[in-house]
Amino acid sequence: MNRTQARRVKSQVMTGAVMACVVLAVLPLVLILGTLIVRGASSLSVDFFTKMPVPAGETGGGVLNAIVGTLLMVGTASLIGVPLGIGAGIYAAEYPGSRLTWVVRFVADVLNGTPSIVVGVFAWTWIVASQKHFSGFAGAAALAILMVPMVMRTTEEMIKLVPHSLREAALALGYSRWRTTLQVVLMTGLPGIVTGTLLAIARVAGETAPLLFTALGSQYLVTRLAEPMSALPLTVFGYATGPYEEWHRYAWAAALVLILLVFVLNIAARAMAGRARAANG
Amino acid sequence: MTTIPADLRAAVSPGTETALGRRSRGDVAFRALLTLAALSIPVLLGFLVWELWTGSALARARFGMDFVTSSAWDPVAEQFGALPLVFGTVVSSLLALLIAVPLSLGVAIYLTEFAPRAVRQPIATMIGLLAAIPSVVYGLWGIFVLIPFLRSTIFPALKSGLGFLPLFQGPIYGPSMLAAAIILAIMVMPYIMSVSREVLEAVPSGQREAALGMGATRWEAVRTAVLPYARSGIFGAIVLGLGRALGETMAVTMLIGNRHEIAASLFAPGYTMAAAIANEFAEAAGNLHLSALTYVAFTLFVVTVVVNAGARLLIWRVARGSGAGSRAL
Repeated sequence: MNRTQARRVKSQVMTGAVMACVVLAVLPLVLILGTLIVRGASSLSVDFFTKMPVPAGETGGGVLNAIVGTLLMVGTASLIGVPLGIGAGIYAAEYPGSRLTWVVRFVADVLNGTPSIVVGVFAWTWIVASQKHFSGFAGAAALAILMVPMVMRTTEEMIKLVPHSLREAALALGYSRWRTTLQVVLMTGLPGIVTGTLLAIARVAGETAPLLFTALGSQYLVTRLAEPMSALPLTVFGYATGPYEEWHRYAWAAALVLILLVFVLNIAARAMAGRARAANG
Repeated sequence: MTTIPADLRAAVSPGTETALGRRSRGDVAFRALLTLAALSIPVLLGFLVWELWTGSALARARFGMDFVTSSAWDPVAEQFGALPLVFGTVVSSLLALLIAVPLSLGVAIYLTEFAPRAVRQPIATMIGLLAAIPSVVYGLWGIFVLIPFLRSTIFPALKSGLGFLPLFQGPIYGPSMLAAAIILAIMVMPYIMSVSREVLEAVPSGQREAALGMGATRWEAVRTAVLPYARSGIFGAIVLGLGRALGETMAVTMLIGNRHEIAASLFAPGYTMAAAIANEFAEAAGNLHLSALTYVAFTLFVVTVVVNAGARLLIWRVARGSGAGSRAL
């Protein structure tokens, strides 16, 4: 074998090696989703969505409290986090020269990299310690803090993509700056912003760590944010680390419900992204 | 230049005078509102730092810097030393990188340099889905699928093959440093992969064409022209993955065994900073215990900030302005 052939063979071997990496990287996804579907689906029933948890040892029951808790806390977190994030994102995109923009961008990146458990500790010292009780609101606040920087960064990037000529056209037609920003620039960037927001919601919906000592979890159906509250990720954690076989089955089923929720949000986000790309040509 | 009569101004832009350089009341109010939203982010961070700093005051006054060099962790005797936590955090994260980096680089190289166009996006999307799986689900899968498999197959094989190393000696429990590192590797892989892919895509195609034009094989073009160009960006992607691994909580808590000990063996249980907070915070025994855990949180925060800032600097140097690495996913 001459040198050229040896080099060609080496190139082919390396191509094979990186393809093997792809297989190894995709394998965990297939295995995790596979086990989730197989083990989770067998424990799913209508009761699982509509009934409350039963005491250990009894069969039947569901996780209604956790589903309600997750929806309430994620909803509240979005109500707080999304407007703040979008507002900050518009600011950073519309006033790129301002010193505040530089600071906000940097701080948002710092917050994005902050472990969610640290945000949980912050929410505890800030809300739980001062109110002297655990509450769904403290959990929602922790989730909102995680959402703000994510939403802010996507909003900024999406608004920057809006062609400058659109803005100029609106201004030339006599639109004031704020109407230009809201009705022309924001509306043009909206599909992308919705995508980013849905991804952020999906991210925090699966968060457990910031809820452990803020929302704490609850056996009861709680709809008041001032009380401790359950959530799907907390249920998965509690049942998975518990001692009973029956609990483990619930953990798999709750995990399947959680992942369906997260994936539906992801797919919706990607569908919006596809529409955004089509609209921008 | 002729001045525009006031009535024409009003006709062009009812209620505002923006086009002529002056600000309308609406614009001022709008900007004030946006500024408030923007200010909320640095204010939140400042508040976070302040709360963690004052919350850890008790432990800092009591233990000072000895906190990170002592191994004692006894809530009853009120002795707290975080060395095993720091050790577990660093070792599990580095071990995870050792596994995840070659894999994610391989995937990134395949996707940017070798893959047919049609399969690029589907593969990237599939690996992106790994990043969407909640941490607690990884933990669940780790407890009931990964650990039994490791305990029955991989760990005994490692022990018989590499048992002469202290790393692979001692009893096999299941929950262990190595189990946590493997799950961490799966979890940080999508981040390292997607950022290195963006960095590799930012390499000018002239680099590749020049190498191929001089008769290099495709692999040689990657090795000699693409990778050196992207080196600091790839390093940044790895450091970003490190930042993720250091702060990862739930999956590690469920797999690492949660013991305040430093063991040479990777089969032995360990503990990480994030896991200790997750397990002990809600049931902390007293103010000093709470304060010590807040001190751990503060330390973890500072470390991740330093690591992430370093990573962004590195990525920014290669993929300037492409926004690589700052997206939510």
